[in-house]
Amino acid sequence: MKPIATTRSATGIPTGRLAVWWVIVSEIVIFGGLLASYIMHRIGHPEWANYSIHTNIYAGAFNTWVLLTSSFFAVCAHNAVEMGNNKKAAKLLMVTTGFGLVFLVVKFFEWSHEIELGYTITANTFWSFYYTAAGIHGLHVIAGMILMIWIANDVRQNKEVQRVELIANYWHFVDLVWVFLFPLLYIAK
Amino acid sequence: MSAADHAHDAHHEPGWVSKYIFPLDHKIIGMQYLFTGMFMALIGGFLVYAFRMQLAFPGIEVPFYGKVTPGDYNSLITNHGTIMVFWVAMPVLIAAFGNFLIPLMIGCDDMVFPRINRLSYQIFFISAVIILASFFVEGGGFGGAWTAYPPLSAKAEYSLTPLGSSMWLVAVALEFVAFLLGGINFITTAMNSRAPGMKMFDVPIVVWMIVIASILFMASVGPLIAGAVMMFMDQVIGTTFYDPSAGGDPVLWQHLFWFFGHPEVYVVLLPAMGIVAEIIAVFARKKLFAYKTILYTTFATGILSFFVWAHHQFIAGIDPRMANVFTVTTLLISIPIAEMLFIYIASLWGGSITLSTPMLWALAFIAEFLIGGVTGIFLGASGADVYFHDTYFVIAHFHYTFFPIAFIAVFAGLTHWFPKMFGRLMNETAGKIHFWGTIIPFNFIFIPLFVLGSAGQHRRIYNYQHFPELATTELQNLRVLATMALVTLIVFQIVFLTNFFWSIFFGPKAGENPWKGTTLEWVTASPPPHGNFKEMPTVYRGPYEYGVPGRDDDYWPQHLPNES
Amino acid sequence: MSEEQAAAHENASEHGEHHDHTKHYLKIYGALLVLAFISFLGPEVGPTIGEMLGQPGIGRAIVLFTAFGIALVKAYLVASEFMHLKMEKKYISYLMFTSLAFMLLFFSAVAPDVLNHQGAIHEIETAEGIITIPQWENIAAKAEIQRVLEQSGAAGNH
Repeated sequence: MKPIATTRSATGIPTGRLAVWWVIVSEIVIFGGLLASYIMHRIGHPEWANYSIHTNIYAGAFNTWVLLTSSFFAVCAHNAVEMGNNKKAAKLLMVTTGFGLVFLVVKFFEWSHEIELGYTITANTFWSFYYTAAGIHGLHVIAGMILMIWIANDVRQNKEVQRVELIANYWHFVDLVWVFLFPLLYIAK
Repeated sequence: MSAADHAHDAHHEPGWVSKYIFPLDHKIIGMQYLFTGMFMALIGGFLVYAFRMQLAFPGIEVPFYGKVTPGDYNSLITNHGTIMVFWVAMPVLIAAFGNFLIPLMIGCDDMVFPRINRLSYQIFFISAVIILASFFVEGGGFGGAWTAYPPLSAKAEYSLTPLGSSMWLVAVALEFVAFLLGGINFITTAMNSRAPGMKMFDVPIVVWMIVIASILFMASVGPLIAGAVMMFMDQVIGTTFYDPSAGGDPVLWQHLFWFFGHPEVYVVLLPAMGIVAEIIAVFARKKLFAYKTILYTTFATGILSFFVWAHHQFIAGIDPRMANVFTVTTLLISIPIAEMLFIYIASLWGGSITLSTPMLWALAFIAEFLIGGVTGIFLGASGADVYFHDTYFVIAHFHYTFFPIAFIAVFAGLTHWFPKMFGRLMNETAGKIHFWGTIIPFNFIFIPLFVLGSAGQHRRIYNYQHFPELATTELQNLRVLATMALVTLIVFQIVFLTNFFWSIFFGPKAGENPWKGTTLEWVTASPPPHGNFKEMPTVYRGPYEYGVPGRDDDYWPQHLPNES
Repeated sequence: MSEEQAAAHENASEHGEHHDHTKHYLKIYGALLVLAFISFLGPEVGPTIGEMLGQPGIGRAIVLFTAFGIALVKAYLVASEFMHLKMEKKYISYLMFTSLAFMLLFFSAVAPDVLNHQGAIHEIETAEGIITIPQWENIAAKAEIQRVLEQSGAAGNH
């Protein structure tokens, strides 16, 4: 049973959504710290251009499209809930998760190929940053997918439908991180 | 369906294991954090006992420990600092008091996310187990100082603690996660779940302080979490994030650590100041002097705290133009804190003061923290810091701030809210004996350390007999004095522990409001039932309406309607 | 109405039925795709333009500008439209900006130590005259940069 505390809203923002915004704040500073550290090193080490040239811009661009599309489906899931169609919302969440899976599969092949060529995480500090940044991002993708499947399950049974917006917001944030990772690791070589 | 119906929800009473081992109730979770923190304080105290005995009597077999080798010494000082900050100060001040007090003081029945609350304690518990386990692995506990600078911390060939280093890192990282989760609960609950009628400026100061502290923590720990992941990978798989010969940079870690490390001290300071504020109002029977000013000053301190961190790195080789900036900001930040202390003194002025045990602790906080604060000025000025950095002057400064935060304010809060937590009263005489038996030895520990620091005694050395200019009889006498005072202080904690645990079971029963406080936690039974309030309160006024003219009582609780 | 009821009613709009926003989201999605495509083209087209103008620097500038400028625009679209930030209470946006600002602060204060591999240049008077030395030097980093550039120079580009 939910405590009364959860249902109150002195700010006018529902507690779940307010909490997700705070989670996003903490994630902004985690990724921000990591990426700021990367940028400092990258600018200070012009010789890393010799390493970064080997990142696969096609895989990166494809994955950008994958995540943007997944975000589109996520916001449509939220829209479906607002329209009262919970079953549709659950389906759309699963589609979003599917795109997340595509993202991870592409990453898997991309990384396998790079590791085969000897570009491992310990090869040099550029690759350390590359795998760490994309890796932490990937962990957030996996976490998002797990939460999405769980929430879709509830929503299909018309339970806790307000959580669709919450997981969608989290997912959009994960997409946003990639929006910056893509130019950092694939374009601004 | 009325609020009362919600509070009396017909669910079965949970069994003992569900209630106390896997609780959802914020009060029990708060107690879990409190008892874990108290236990870790004993460990942290034991660690300092061992290394101070080594410093006072180099080479002896320390009773209950044995011989302190150089490696042991490093491990002892590292874990003393780490445990006291992350497993004592934070859990007790923020998680224990925050969990217990916030829902009660804002008039709701629990935190907004009870299951996440429970999860945060479980993660915290695991982190405590890991840090303790690190003492027993091969190589022993991590010995690279609580600041863990690379390459010492990143490479096992230097640290000599391959397992201990990584366990330390994982334990700290898990503790961070636990407090991020907890913080979300505190912030969201305080923002959203306030009782009807409780506007922002009717919220008690301690609640504001814990919430702001959670925000500061959340905003500052991110880069360090990233840095800890990088450090872990350097340690375990051999990446080179902090190795300049392979493209990394050790100074990056310093910045990542201190960007968090400085706001962290305000993360623990703010709740302590909040506790002191509550006690001053209650035991001076007087409205807090300038509520809004306290708040705005706290916001200013919080923001400024993000602009001072490199004062820990003045002699690390940072750009001296940056050092100028950080000197200015560091000296600036002393102003809002000083202002808050002035406000507390003004709150006391003209009040009807009762020198109860909580009030004694609150007054001691102001006096001792003041010493800590003014000695920080010497360190904040980069010129003076060139001499003082890494000497015992620094240690004395931060213990004059940390000990009031982690112990004086905590004892104040525990003696003050003990009746509400356990439904019984602690013994006042024992309380006063414990008070004097703590405060007097405390000063005899750390004033000698100021002298030693000024004489040039550098930190993190296990035996000063190796340095002829520091091995004089006078200086060694000071070391012995400090150690003897420490032992005395530790012995007097037995008084507190006895009083605390005995009173839980056999203390005289306390009523709802033994101190005649105005805030909402005093409205309900002691201890409060599950759901906190038989009827959810409504709030009609601010939190410190003491001595209101024209009323019979010298206090006007927040929840009483205006006609009464 | 009480806070409880207000929270419980957050799904259904008080102004009547919720409109289907799919078309709107589709438009935003389309814009995002176009922007992503342009940023992808940047590295293909930028250096060529730079060569045509005889200034490789401009090529690099175009790549960076399209890459990060577009990333910012995409971020703005996702945040304001998909995450509904523009409809949220203003202080949430301020909160997001503040955390970003702190990251900017972190970068600007740390870069002088980590991005640079030497400190401020000091002029010192010696017997031979005035010499300039940096206040500090990260010789390990400089050596590493040297080593890699020589290696790649010897092996030919990439």
